[in-house]
Amino acid sequence: MKHIRTLIAKEWAEVFQNRIVVFTVGALPLLLALLPLGILLTMRGTTLGGGETSDLPPSMIKACGAIAIGDCFQIFLLNQFLPLFMMMPLFIPIAIASYSIVGEKTTRSLEPLLATPITTEELLAGKALAAVIPAVLATWGSFVIFLIGLPLVGASSPALLTALSPTWFAATLLIGPLVSVLAVIFALMVSSRVNDPRVAEQISGVLIVPVLGLVFGQLAGVLVLNLQLMLTVAAGLAVIDVILVFFGARLFQREVILTRWK
Amino acid sequence: MITVEGLSKTFQGATKGTVVQAVTDLSLNVAEGEVFGFLGPNGAGKTTTVRMLCALIAPTRGRAAVNGHEVGRDDQAIRRTVGILTETPGLYDRLSAEANLRVFAELYDVPDPAAAVKRYLGLLGLWERRHDAAGSFSKGMRQKLAIARALLHEPRVLFLDEPTSGLDPEAARLVREFITELRGEGRTIFLTTHNLDEADRLCDRIGIFKTRLMAVDTPAALRRTLYGRQVVFHLARLDPAWVDAVAALPTVQEARAVDQRLIVRLESPEENNPVILRRLIALGADVQFVGELRHSLEDIYLRFVNHDAEARS
Ligand SMILES: Nc1ncnc2c1ncn2[C@@H]1O[C@H](COP(=O)(O)OP(=O)(O)O)[C@@H](O)[C@H]1O
Ligand SMILES: [Mg+2]
Repeated sequence: MKHIRTLIAKEWAEVFQNRIVVFTVGALPLLLALLPLGILLTMRGTTLGGGETSDLPPSMIKACGAIAIGDCFQIFLLNQFLPLFMMMPLFIPIAIASYSIVGEKTTRSLEPLLATPITTEELLAGKALAAVIPAVLATWGSFVIFLIGLPLVGASSPALLTALSPTWFAATLLIGPLVSVLAVIFALMVSSRVNDPRVAEQISGVLIVPVLGLVFGQLAGVLVLNLQLMLTVAAGLAVIDVILVFFGARLFQREVILTRWK
Repeated sequence: MITVEGLSKTFQGATKGTVVQAVTDLSLNVAEGEVFGFLGPNGAGKTTTVRMLCALIAPTRGRAAVNGHEVGRDDQAIRRTVGILTETPGLYDRLSAEANLRVFAELYDVPDPAAAVKRYLGLLGLWERRHDAAGSFSKGMRQKLAIARALLHEPRVLFLDEPTSGLDPEAARLVREFITELRGEGRTIFLTTHNLDEADRLCDRIGIFKTRLMAVDTPAALRRTLYGRQVVFHLARLDPAWVDAVAALPTVQEARAVDQRLIVRLESPEENNPVILRRLIALGADVQFVGELRHSLEDIYLRFVNHDAEARS
């Protein structure tokens, strides 16, 4: 445990000197909380009185049931923002891990590190946690800001209840960490093979595709982001994470890290 | 301290199916407190050997023990008790000198990390610059910081992989002086180099190595076993008949002429030179100078490495 703490502290001291990483972990989650709030604020006047059902997918109208159509529109809008909170825990660890591994490779600092009595498990856990912890904290922070902002931009009470529903908490509290574990292991694998952190980030970025699937599925009315879907996604992610951790531990052995990560 | 038996390492080559034989059948013993020089050209397999002995990569064949710990079985124990200066310093450039050492003191479970860091920053003359980022250091300072990092946990055995390569002469001199000091503390040092002069000056024994170990001995003994001791007699004029006359003397192993010089290989020149000298004077030679012919380590090294190249072609 002590070794992992040492490693995490070192990772943070190093990686947070990188402006891209600081922006990704600090500013971006803030922006992604404020952006939806801004949109809700500007849409407020246009949606309340209206009631143009044709704008909403039928599945959404069905899900709204007795809720007034104006409020339903707000909930629909709100649901479009939910994937943002699943994307943050995806790209933040990718940014951190990409810079961390590629950095170690360019300075060739892995060899002295591997010569210490740190175990490979401690090394990988340290690297992974150094990326996962800021990602989860930034996501949660962003979500809290979003929740606080909702009443301030005039969200209706059904909309507020939606954001405070188990569906949303499942997405942020459960899926967030699971996504970030997946992202960090994937990024470790990718960045161990390439020598440019930006390339590593871009390749790892393909993970965003399934999340975009949620966004467009919802827009097209094929999907409704409900608790059942969230729990299914979480279970799927948990299985993938376990498999990745298992493979990662076999893949990243001392000699492999030393001789192949270059 | 270090025992190696039949150690070999093969890597997968760049193209599939090919193999690189980096180290072949290395057997070796390094005693406690000894400074052992592992001398070989680039690509000889020196770094590969060091990595195997530090439990960083696994040998393909053979066995080795460091500090009594078997490579492949007690790897964690080896890592705890050896120090390594890697070929490239591999510092965290964005972190301060102090922070760099602090990380390693903690990873090596040093009981009082702060004290160890302070001690070695001081010893290597880096204390004043402790808050500066390692990335801002000169090559020599980086190397010193990396040496400090290798010593934090007071390892009994220290591996130094090309400690002075790429340094300017002044920085190289400082590093060599520091190694000499370490040697005074009774640590076992395994030093790789392609610098003959360095090996000659720093090491108790030298192994000449190019994939295989070609010779191991003290620098002086290497000179002697290869060439015996040789004496040069500078003559005003050399008659070829004198060469045979000298060669016929019982203690002389070999005599040959090079220009106006007579070169004689023999045991204990101290006793036998006067005999040869008297013989030469009796033959009518005018002897101008007498001197011992000393071979540099470089001759020895080139002889081995060239022999190897010839044998291959
Ligand atoms: N990880 C590796 N994969 C493939 N070949 C390697 C690897 N490491 C070293 N080699 C090869 O092994 C040989 C010895 O290398 P090395 O031990 O670095 O030599 P030295 O340190 O004496 O210069 C070289 O031919 C090198 O290309
Ligand atoms: Mg080398």
